[in-house]
Amino acid sequence: MQFPFLSIITFTPMIVGVLLLLIPEDRKTETRVAALAGAALCLGMSLFVYFSYNVGQGGYQFVEKFDWIPRFGISYHVGVDGISNPMVLLTGIVIFTGVLISWGIDDRPREFFAFLFILATGVFGVFVSLDLFQLFFFYEIAVFPMYLLIAIWGWKVTREYAAMKLTLFLFIGSVVSLVGALAMYVTVGRATGVYTFDMLKMAEAQAAGVFNFNLNVPLLGSRPFEWVWFPFVFFGFAVLGGIYPFHNWSPDGHVAAPTAVSMFHAGVLMKLGAFAALRVGIMLLPEGARAHLPWIVVLTVINVVYGAFIAMRQTDLKYMIGYSSVSHMGLVSMAFATMNYTGYVGGAMQMFAHGVMTAMLFATVGMVYDRAHTRQMPELGGMARKMPFVLLGFTIASLSSMGMPGFAGFMAELPIFMGLWRAGTNTADFIAPYYAWIAVISALAIVITAAYLLIAIQRVFFGEISEEHDHHVGDVTVLDKVAITVLSITIVAVGLFPILMGPMVSSGVIAVLRIFGGA
Amino acid sequence: MRTEELFTWLIPVPPLLSFFLIWLFTSRSKTLSHTVAIGAMAVSWVLSLAVVLYALTTEHFGKTVFASSVPWLPTGDSSLNMGVLVDPLTAAMLFFVPLTCLMIFIYSVGYHNYGKPLDAHDASQPGAPAHNGVEPMYSRFFAFLSLFAFGMLTLVVADNLLLMFIGWEIMGLCSYLLIGFWYARQYDDPKKITPRQAAVKAFMTTRVGDVIMMLGIVYLYFATTTDKAKEILGLAGGTLSFRAILYNEEFLKYLVSQPSVIVGLPLAALIGLLLFAGAVGKSAQFPLHVWLPDAMEGPTPVSAMIHAATMVSAGVYAMVRMFPLLSAGWHEGGALTAPMMAMGVIGSFTALFAATIAVTQRDVKKVLAYSTISQLGYMIAALGIGAYVAAAFHLITHAFFKALLFLGSGSVIHGVEHGAHHSQEHLDPQDMFNMGGLRKKMPITFWTFLIGGLALSGFPFITAGFWSKDEILGDAFANGQWIVFATLAISALLTAFYTMRQISLTFLGEPRTQSAEHASETPWTVTTPLVILAFFAITAGYVGVPETFPVLGPLLQAIHFNRFHEFVGGALLELPAAAAFNVWPLLVSLFVALGGLWLGWMVYGRNPLKAGQADPLARPLGPIYTLLENKYYFDELYDFVFVRPSKWLAETVVYRVIDRTLIDGILHTVARAALRLGGFFKGAEKVVINDPPDYLAGGVQWLGKSFRVIQTGRVQNYLLIGMLVVLAFGGVYYMMLAR
Repeated sequence: MQFPFLSIITFTPMIVGVLLLLIPEDRKTETRVAALAGAALCLGMSLFVYFSYNVGQGGYQFVEKFDWIPRFGISYHVGVDGISNPMVLLTGIVIFTGVLISWGIDDRPREFFAFLFILATGVFGVFVSLDLFQLFFFYEIAVFPMYLLIAIWGWKVTREYAAMKLTLFLFIGSVVSLVGALAMYVTVGRATGVYTFDMLKMAEAQAAGVFNFNLNVPLLGSRPFEWVWFPFVFFGFAVLGGIYPFHNWSPDGHVAAPTAVSMFHAGVLMKLGAFAALRVGIMLLPEGARAHLPWIVVLTVINVVYGAFIAMRQTDLKYMIGYSSVSHMGLVSMAFATMNYTGYVGGAMQMFAHGVMTAMLFATVGMVYDRAHTRQMPELGGMARKMPFVLLGFTIASLSSMGMPGFAGFMAELPIFMGLWRAGTNTADFIAPYYAWIAVISALAIVITAAYLLIAIQRVFFGEISEEHDHHVGDVTVLDKVAITVLSITIVAVGLFPILMGPMVSSGVIAVLRIFGGA
Repeated sequence: MRTEELFTWLIPVPPLLSFFLIWLFTSRSKTLSHTVAIGAMAVSWVLSLAVVLYALTTEHFGKTVFASSVPWLPTGDSSLNMGVLVDPLTAAMLFFVPLTCLMIFIYSVGYHNYGKPLDAHDASQPGAPAHNGVEPMYSRFFAFLSLFAFGMLTLVVADNLLLMFIGWEIMGLCSYLLIGFWYARQYDDPKKITPRQAAVKAFMTTRVGDVIMMLGIVYLYFATTTDKAKEILGLAGGTLSFRAILYNEEFLKYLVSQPSVIVGLPLAALIGLLLFAGAVGKSAQFPLHVWLPDAMEGPTPVSAMIHAATMVSAGVYAMVRMFPLLSAGWHEGGALTAPMMAMGVIGSFTALFAATIAVTQRDVKKVLAYSTISQLGYMIAALGIGAYVAAAFHLITHAFFKALLFLGSGSVIHGVEHGAHHSQEHLDPQDMFNMGGLRKKMPITFWTFLIGGLALSGFPFITAGFWSKDEILGDAFANGQWIVFATLAISALLTAFYTMRQISLTFLGEPRTQSAEHASETPWTVTTPLVILAFFAITAGYVGVPETFPVLGPLLQAIHFNRFHEFVGGALLELPAAAAFNVWPLLVSLFVALGGLWLGWMVYGRNPLKAGQADPLARPLGPIYTLLENKYYFDELYDFVFVRPSKWLAETVVYRVIDRTLIDGILHTVARAALRLGGFFKGAEKVVINDPPDYLAGGVQWLGKSFRVIQTGRVQNYLLIGMLVVLAFGGVYYMMLAR
């Protein structure tokens, strides 16, 4: 048996989190150092896994499998492929930078970091899970600490409302998809006689045609099995991916959350939704996806344009970025709805690119807020002189966000649009002739994105500084600069050398497309 | 890899290295920073020169172009490649782009007062134009310029649309950074656009074009991925390579034969139109021209480099490059394709439209900005009528003389600012009505500016501008495009007129202000580039003198000097025929150039304006003058039609109504309903489920409480109770037995 890298990555945060609770409460510095050490370990391991993944071989690697509850066919089964590997790396980067920029938290840092790390275990767990039950298990672990983190350490004005809204949305979503998952479980079990939650086996069963029968649905009559259950699974998870019209929890949640949690939330957690929607919804129910995705494209276009429009009119920086995330996550769902190679590569790259750049945006906004005590753009100005490094970080993330070539965002958005344009050719659904127009409409969002980000830069970093800020606002700490540097390097590296990520994502995508029949 | 290929790869590299070097290491030392930047640019220039010489000395270079590429982004069945391509067009670009860039780099040293001590006031307030000391953000300026040069050179050597687009966007970013370079600048007049607003405006306006262009690229890529296309191209997957797409006649035919998403428009035409939209934004053509005049808020070297010589001409370059696609399906003398039609209409309209605005502008740089828009319109119009070579020719000559004019205007502004510093006047140093008489104060600037101005007006036989403009007019005439011909001729007249106006107002007569009186010539770092560019503003034209031109043509032919047509035309699949010599367009072009200059001289030059005198055109033109002065009110129109409605839509409709009222409303209603339901259940639970056990428990409790009184713990009481119970039982027993 090989060394269990993935298990170590997954459980390190949990163990570190528990150990943190053993440190005496008044030893705040020691707590932070311990947290940073744990995060650095996670980042190092995920970097190692990322770079030692064998792209040529493809498929699931670093696989570990043990029986967990054999009676119900539940196993502990982990592994990464070309799509989840970048996600693991992303989580490593975000937890590391998140700890760095949370150094200044003085209200019970021990508990804060402990919850943050438990959250990280949940997230890592979902990305590496190859067992459906285990995936749900980690999913819930990821959602729950969020409530506490927001409700206790969040922005005093809305934290209770936001924490509640977020938790309810996500729990309801996960319950809805759990219903779909159980339907698959039971069906596979009945047909093959082996009840299993193992996703690889379920996919085999699907390929063998286990789901090819009709169900009688009240009012709708006889419908194929996958047609019925795909929306449950997909939407249940896509809620966490911020799909319209179930996106509403996310900006409120982003705003209320403390900085590191916003980074985690927008940077990684939303990807969890999109990722699970792909892994469980599209990969296990491909025929259902083929039937439903065309009209889901319409929802995602709304996501993209609508989110951008709202972001343009926000005066609160965090709300702006929150809605911007809704818009960009719409691109991910849209990419998955294209059902072709180019689009999927774009979608998988966008998950990573958006994760890094949103983490950067929230981190930099948090730095401004911590020092100026306001996020209202009209009250800010002239921060460039006080914190030039923050300006650099914010600008790099903005450029990536508006799809500027040379930054990660472009390497994601261009394939998405290419894929979208092509999507019409290999389907015959009602929307087929309009894919090009959908690409045109969603390209509008790029212009709007550029507008609101540039205006934000102009308002926050240039212009007149208020007297009060001039006296009280200082530069950021060295640790903040380290965090900004790490994120910047990631964005630029992927943008300039897509070869770092492209072939890996490509190997994962090809495997997904094979499920659709080699498209 | 062959040496010339290696050189081509290396051309964009030095400026990029210089950007990083300055940014990371040398930003504290001004001397080191500009040495690095200028040195890097010089290396690029030498490399380019080597490549150009190689190209010039190769027989039939158009057929033996060289290119090399490496895989960059995998696309499943194949991969997108990144690489370089040198064909005659690239060679022509490589001749002038690095050269003008180098001149502008050197000029910037003097422009930013290198050598003077830092003004104490500037040191505490960076982000505004320096007072009389050296620019506080000197190093940063050179870093940005270097990055810009990197973008432009990348664009020039790119062998595919994607890399070209990357260079294109890097330039857009640098243009944003450099226009907003003086980000802290404020004006007393709140209506006057500040550099930071101008930067955002420029970026956003060009971005509109860029996004449409990106869609065009996506569409083109899509078109190369169909099975039929793959078969024609002989490739496994999609491609964006120029060589694969543009030099494949069969593929172009295929693109023309395919329908597009718009009914009635061939695929090639729609892609062409989408790509053209990018050029409309970048080259500031109507209706996306509004950003360029405001971009003059940037430092003058930036205006010269970005907004005259390189970036704006990148749009035209891209169109020249994509010409085989744009003109796919067209043959000489045949019906124009849709993109060509669009270029002809928009280009010639812009040429005229911008020239009329330029006539009334007061700001010395704004005149040049509108003039640039107008001249770019010329080139676009030339492409629209199929004058491929003429467009490329005008692109090059224009780059030289317009860079010269911008740098000259910067020198003038600098001189006047110097005077203003001396005389303690508070005035706008860019307003031509505050100048006058600078001929004697700044002789080198005057003579070089005069050369540039004459080249712009197309002064016959001597200047480069004449030859290139004449060629465009000649082609329009030969192709029978009368409307384009007439429009361009009228705008040429206006061009000569406003150039003469500018020269007269700035240099002739007596100084109209104290500042102009005390203006002084700028340092050698500023004037040397002016002289060098002036040299090219004259000589660059002779390479394109038509062979059929009387006397001069055969003369130059004898020494193999005027090979431009044959050389650049060789980049196309078939060499375009040179228009036969015709005396009428020549006469027209002589007439408009000299006539315009004469008119300008009559109005402004003969009797130079006195201090405080209004523009002599203002009265006779009346409301038209006001209309022109306000640029046809396009800024106001766009604000009213696009900016405000979209803000309103975003704010009121989408955010307030849909997101916060509708979606949140539904959400909150559901939540409230759930709460109500919960409340009902809560009530029901109390009555139905909670209360009965409670009553039960309560009853038991009451009972217990009631019995408690007898549990006193005293034996006597228990005995008493026991006795009473015995008595009671006894009583009952007795009564039952007694029956």
